[in-house]
Amino acid sequence: MSDSAPPIPFLATVGLACERDRRLLFDQLELHLQPGDMLQVAGPNGSGKTSLLRLLAGLMPPTEGSVLLAGKPLAAQRTELARSLLWIGHAAGIKGLLSAEENLAWLGALNRCGSTSREAIWTALAEVGLRGFEDVPCHTLSAGQQRRVALARLYLAPPPLWILDEPFTALDKAGVAQVEIHLARHCEQGGMVVFTTHHSLTEKARNFRELDLGLRAA
Amino acid sequence: MSNVFLLLAMHEARLLCRRPAELANPLVFFAIVIALFPLAVGPETQLLQGISPGLLWVAALLAVLLSLDGLFRGDFEDGSLEQWIVSGYPLPLLVLAKVLAHWLFSGLALVLLAPLLGLMLGLPASALPVLVLSLMLGTPVLSLLGAVGAALTVGLKRGGLLLALLILPLYVPVLILGSGALQAALQGLPATGHLLWLASLAALAVTLAPFAIAAGLTIGVGE
Repeated sequence: MSDSAPPIPFLATVGLACERDRRLLFDQLELHLQPGDMLQVAGPNGSGKTSLLRLLAGLMPPTEGSVLLAGKPLAAQRTELARSLLWIGHAAGIKGLLSAEENLAWLGALNRCGSTSREAIWTALAEVGLRGFEDVPCHTLSAGQQRRVALARLYLAPPPLWILDEPFTALDKAGVAQVEIHLARHCEQGGMVVFTTHHSLTEKARNFRELDLGLRAA
Repeated sequence: MSNVFLLLAMHEARLLCRRPAELANPLVFFAIVIALFPLAVGPETQLLQGISPGLLWVAALLAVLLSLDGLFRGDFEDGSLEQWIVSGYPLPLLVLAKVLAHWLFSGLALVLLAPLLGLMLGLPASALPVLVLSLMLGTPVLSLLGAVGAALTVGLKRGGLLLALLILPLYVPVLILGSGALQAALQGLPATGHLLWLASLAALAVTLAPFAIAAGLTIGVGE
């Protein structure tokens, strides 16, 4: 990377502060995200990890400061953000009454991203180890399997920026390892991943960073 | 853009079809409330016929309200609303698709059931077209206004009663016009004026309510 005139970061925060129920979770948060970056947001429970992720995804207005997408405020960049963002929250938007295939087809269409063809969805489901569960209603799947359905979206030619809240919850060891490798590979190919987890990663991208909100508050 | 509107409406319809019991509940409620009145006030046709416009409309209104509690709560809790918001599609468009799908399965079913219950109350066959037409124009307004309340109470675990308190006062104009139309038809007067007013309310609700619903949901998700 050249040291003169740094490029405009893809996603940045300027003096970001977040207050919930009159408690200041964090303030003056400066964050830069470039293609290839992998950012793990860490910290104890209640330190504002999910809030930070929701701020970055534009789901919540910041108390102070702003989030910039390609140098412009997020509020003015809704379509740009939608085009480049894949958001999987703690609740992943999976409908228990629908099958894994129906869920993925709808979410794919909603996000205008990737392929929503039957073959692509079946391949993605096979990737996350759900071969044979394509047309089973999701509420009959285990918590880990439901999480896998949500994570199958990561295999459907998704947009560059992934914001994932606790993606490893309820996954077994093999599942965690596989998703870690997939996240790292996405970053190596120029994607960006911001995520929270309490796991310590074994597979990291080259530009891996950790932001500990607990340390900042101390 | 209209593509996603249709896809969401179909997605919602599919979800509703997987829970037939939930669809049937407001209809059964509607039928039972109407069936209770002859038992309570006596079977005199004259009396029942006289109060049937108000009766049918109040029962329909409560049935719609009943079906709307939790309209968005499932989407809120399972994270679907977040996906809607980050999708970048105009949220009012998405909520309109959802409410439309919901109305097709609850409001429209109510409209189709109403003539039968009207006959049960001794309503003359000549008044039935006005009954159907007034409900056809009125129930979408009830659904859309109720959805505003459902959006505002989306973050509450038990918003049912609050929803009723918030929304019932707003239902008053629809109730007056709807039962007024039927009252006029019963007395052999033209009901066109009432129906046109209802139609204009429907047009207003379809164009404006989605924005209010979207704003309510954005607040709920941003909390």
